[in-house]
Amino acid sequence: MTRRSAALLVLLVLGGPFSVLVTMLHPAAAGQPAGTADGDVEQGRALFTTGCSSCHGLRAEGTRRGPSLLGVGAASVDFWVSTGRMPLKTGGARQAVRKPPAYQRDDIDDLIAYVTSLDPDGPPIPELDLARADLAEGGELFRANCAACHGAVGIGGALASGRLAPPLRPASAAQVAEAVRIGPGTMPNFGPDTFSQDQLEAVVTYVESLDHPDDRGGSGLGHAGPIPEGFVGWLAGLGALLLACYWIGDRE
Amino acid sequence: MTRTIKRANRWFDDRLGASGFVRTALNKVFPDHWSFMLGEIALYSFLLLVLTGIYLTFFFQPSLKEVVYDGAYAPLKGVEMSQAYESTLRLSYEVRAGMVMRQMHHWAAIIFLAAIVVHVGRVFFTGAFRRPRELNWIVGCSLLVLAMANGFAGYSLPDDQLSGTGLRIAYSIALSIPLGGTWVAYLLFGGEFPAESIISRLFVIHVLLLPLAILGLLGVHMAIVWRQKHTQFRGPGKTEDNVVGSRLWPSYALKSVGFFFLVSAVTALLGGLAQVNPIWLYGPFRAADVSAASQPDWYVGWLDGALRLFPGWEIRAFGHTIPAVFFPGVLLPTVSFGLLFGWPFIEARFTKEDVRDHHLLDRPRERPLRTGIGTGVITFYVVLFFAAATDVLATVFDVSVTGLLVAFRVALLCLPPVVAFVTYRLCKEAAALPDEEDAAPVVVRTASGAYVTGHGHQAGNGGDGTPRADGLDEIGSGPRPDAH
Repeated sequence: MTRRSAALLVLLVLGGPFSVLVTMLHPAAAGQPAGTADGDVEQGRALFTTGCSSCHGLRAEGTRRGPSLLGVGAASVDFWVSTGRMPLKTGGARQAVRKPPAYQRDDIDDLIAYVTSLDPDGPPIPELDLARADLAEGGELFRANCAACHGAVGIGGALASGRLAPPLRPASAAQVAEAVRIGPGTMPNFGPDTFSQDQLEAVVTYVESLDHPDDRGGSGLGHAGPIPEGFVGWLAGLGALLLACYWIGDRE
Repeated sequence: MTRTIKRANRWFDDRLGASGFVRTALNKVFPDHWSFMLGEIALYSFLLLVLTGIYLTFFFQPSLKEVVYDGAYAPLKGVEMSQAYESTLRLSYEVRAGMVMRQMHHWAAIIFLAAIVVHVGRVFFTGAFRRPRELNWIVGCSLLVLAMANGFAGYSLPDDQLSGTGLRIAYSIALSIPLGGTWVAYLLFGGEFPAESIISRLFVIHVLLLPLAILGLLGVHMAIVWRQKHTQFRGPGKTEDNVVGSRLWPSYALKSVGFFFLVSAVTALLGGLAQVNPIWLYGPFRAADVSAASQPDWYVGWLDGALRLFPGWEIRAFGHTIPAVFFPGVLLPTVSFGLLFGWPFIEARFTKEDVRDHHLLDRPRERPLRTGIGTGVITFYVVLFFAAATDVLATVFDVSVTGLLVAFRVALLCLPPVVAFVTYRLCKEAAALPDEEDAAPVVVRTASGAYVTGHGHQAGNGGDGTPRADGLDEIGSGPRPDAH
């Protein structure tokens, strides 16, 4: 979070000539490192026993400290572990937050293989073909279903009881798709009956485009709306003019 | 060349006979203190608003007719939207210089309101509103209200998700008025929200009615300043019956024109470098949707904050309901502006000082009570303003929005008295300190040849405005060619 405030400050100072150069969107879903089912069940069991079983139980049946993982599906395991939300740092947190993942890609695949071997139900990791996704429809779906919590530009937002809808920028296309399907935490899940495969791909494409919003007006000021605009207006706008007054006026 | 100008001048003077007035006008004296230029920032921002606004009206279409977008911004291609939103997109993306004009317009509005607020603050803390200037205080406060209203109208015009959310809130506030709320809301919007005619009505209000009202009142505001002459701070040679400064022509006029260019430069820089209100990212307005972090422009922020902080107290009595929205949404602004407009009369009533005119300004420290009340009130509204950003603050600083809400409620009630008291004490302390100017001894040779030692203010240099019998109020004044 401080990273964003720092970035905002830098943007304020440097102004936005660079942002003007950032034009049309479409990072076009840079190759998806999403996991597949080619992990090793035995290695997965070993990793699970060491890293996960203290809360989720030795056979992922759940304990008082953590829910059962039977039937959560590959998408769920991949989302929680690849975003670094699992394993949790310590107990008592309001919600699991994104941090650098504790496991390599291969290890995550192994974990997925183990957990899905216990119960094959649950949403699989969505396969995405973003090349022909409908960006505009994605925008419509995003504004109707996602913006209420994550904000129109996906910078995240506040929820009740100290929970936060996280910023979407750091999430990869695969992670966004997984989150849509499984609905992690307080987020509702959008299954295939709610979002078709095409709609899923459209939303994911739009979210990915928000990594580089079209800031042709100059510096984006953190995309947090009128609040930073007000600060810039007061500090850079009126502030500069007050200095000008002081400069050309009588100071006695 | 000079002869031609002279002949032209004579031609006009023969017909209008204005040369006498022009001569007086050009010689009019304005004090030079930097804090007297704050109103000019507002004036020039308004000029920029008019200039950029005229450009925008060539391209904006105030209509809620649905169209399908087929413009340059790819993420909205094929999306249904109102003509108002579509034309704003077009003017941002396809019209030459449209984006920079729109952004300059928005930044100028933000600076316009900020400059007015600071200007009001200057007038308040220096006591410039006292008799005989109560009228101009009222005109100035009216300008503040009109500017706020017009800012909100402009914010609402593009029919994007953010502006629609703002209108939805405005509609609900209108509804909350007891007895007449439904009628008021229908009268303003022309029907159930989102009513067809609101954008076209707002357009007329935004580009015609309110700008004309602002222009007219600006004229009155400056005419009164002209007529009553400017106030000034105490200083050598400055009394209750003169104005010390520079003449309108050439020095003050040239300085002022230069200042206009500075205001334009800052606005243009912001308009070109800092993105403001990127409506293409917010999407067209849909009554069913809302985005997290929906905020108004800063000058409406205190009302938004009040709506967030006020507890959900709903009063039902005699078959009528007063919804919780009424108190922060209608009552608070009514009381706020009532007190603001009435302040000169309230203060005069308590200090019993309005029996004579005041042309010399107070220094804030000399009026600890007024200064304390002023800072306390400002704190109140600043807390309300930050409360409008609770969700953004919670996200950025990773804290609980519920906790923030409670913290803001406590701050709203506790901070203003604390700030007011601390200011009051500081003013008292500062006023007790010996003033540099007072401390400097002044030696004067009187007409009879004797030498008299005096001390700046103590020797009676204005202040109460009555000339001293010993003539020491003339100390350091020297010849005063500019005095009126």
